[in-house]
Amino acid sequence: MNDFAVQFQGVSKRYKYFTLDNIDLQLPVGQVMGLIGQNGAGKSTTIRILMGLVHQDEGQVQVLGRHMPEEQIAAKWDIGFTSEDLRLYDAMTLEWHMGFIRSIYSTWDAEYAKLLLKRFGLVAEQKMKGLSHGQRVKAALLLVLARRPRLLVLDEPTTGLDPVARHEILRELTGAMADEECSILFSSHNTQDVEQISDQIAFLDRGRLIDSSDKETYLDRWRRLRLEVPAGIGLPALRGVIAVKQEGRIAIATANAFEADLPNAYERTGARVQRVENMTLEEIFVANVEHSREDVNV
Amino acid sequence: MDGFLISQADKRPMYLQIMEQIKQRIAVGDWAEGQQIPSIRQLSVDLQVSVITVKRAYLELEREGVIVTRHGKGSQVAEGVDLGIQLREAELDQHLEQAAKLGAMLGMTSRDLEKRLRSVVEKSVEKELP
Repeated sequence: MNDFAVQFQGVSKRYKYFTLDNIDLQLPVGQVMGLIGQNGAGKSTTIRILMGLVHQDEGQVQVLGRHMPEEQIAAKWDIGFTSEDLRLYDAMTLEWHMGFIRSIYSTWDAEYAKLLLKRFGLVAEQKMKGLSHGQRVKAALLLVLARRPRLLVLDEPTTGLDPVARHEILRELTGAMADEECSILFSSHNTQDVEQISDQIAFLDRGRLIDSSDKETYLDRWRRLRLEVPAGIGLPALRGVIAVKQEGRIAIATANAFEADLPNAYERTGARVQRVENMTLEEIFVANVEHSREDVNV
Repeated sequence: MDGFLISQADKRPMYLQIMEQIKQRIAVGDWAEGQQIPSIRQLSVDLQVSVITVKRAYLELEREGVIVTRHGKGSQVAEGVDLGIQLREAELDQHLEQAAKLGAMLGMTSRDLEKRLRSVVEKSVEKELP
C-alpha cells in the first residue's frame, strides 16, 4: 500500500505563455493539502495534471498508487473531483444526477446523500437551471462526497460563496476526514480556509512551487518583529530574516526561518525588540510572494 | 464539543487556543483526572480544524504533563494536575508581560517598573484595610 495519496516528482508542463516548472508534491494518506497561489499561479494546471486531464511533459505523477495519466481510468473510481466548470445538466433535477452517479459508482452512500441534502438545504426535485451559484457548488460536492471516494480533489471549492455556505462546505470536508483513509487536495485563494483545514500547504507562484511543508511547521517558521532602533545604530542582515522595513526609529523585520535566539540577536545590536508576532497565512502568503519575486528579479 | 471555539479575532495560533480551552475544561472540573478525552481526529472533526493542528496541541499538552497519551489507547487527563494554579499563573505572566512591554515603550528601566509595581501593590493593600 502506498503511503501517499498524491505524489508529484519533477513535473513540468510548458505552454506558450506559461510554464509549470519542476513540481514536487507529496500528500500523505489521511491528510488535507491546501494549494495556494494567485490566479494564474498554476493551481488549476496542477490539478488537471493530477486528474489526467492534462498530460505533463516531464515528471512522474502517482495518485492513489496509480500512474497518471496512463492509469487514470482505474484511479478515477476512487477520486471525487469538482471544479468551477461543473458538468451538471441544467434541464435535469438534482435527484436525476444522484441516480445517475449511483448507477455508476457502487460505493454510493444513499443515507449520507440524504443527510447532505438536508445539511446543504438542497431540494432533490429542483432542476439545476434554477440553482444559485452556492447551491450548484453544494450540489456538485454532494454528488462526489456521497460516493465516499478515497481522494477528494477540489478546485476552488469555496470561491464565490457566502460565509454560511463556506462554513457548510468546510464542515463537510473536515467531516469526511473522520475516515483516516480519506485524503483531500484542494486549491483556494482564501488563505483562511487553507489555514483552518489543511495539514499540508503548497504555495505556487508563477508556475513554481515556492514552498511546501506541513502547516504547523510552516506557520511556526514565520514571525514579525517590531523593533525600536536607537539613532546611530544600523540593523545588520540577520539569518532567517527576509525583509526589514524601517522608518525613523521603528523597524519591522519579517523572518521566514525564525529561531528563539533571533530577538536576542537584535537586542545585541542595540535595538529593542518591542514585540514578536505570529503571522496569519494571508500575511505569509503576501510576504512570501514578494520575497520570491525579489530573488527572481535580482 | 459545543464549548470549543476557535476565534478568528484571536491573534494566537489555533493550537494555542485549543490547548487553552482543554486546560480550562480540566481546571473547571468538566474533564476529570484520568478521564479519556476525544481522539485527535475526533476533536479535529468537531472543531473543523486540521488534524495536524490538534495533534500539535495534544503534543504540547503532553509535554506540559497535562494529558497522557498511550499508544492505541488515546489520551487521558493526567493524574494530579492542578491547572487552577497553572492557569492563573499563566494569566499573571501575560499581564506582567504586557506591563513590561508598555514600560519598554515608555522607556522605563526594569528598576522603574519594579518600583511602579511595588507602589501598586502597596496601594491595593491599603484599599483592603478597613
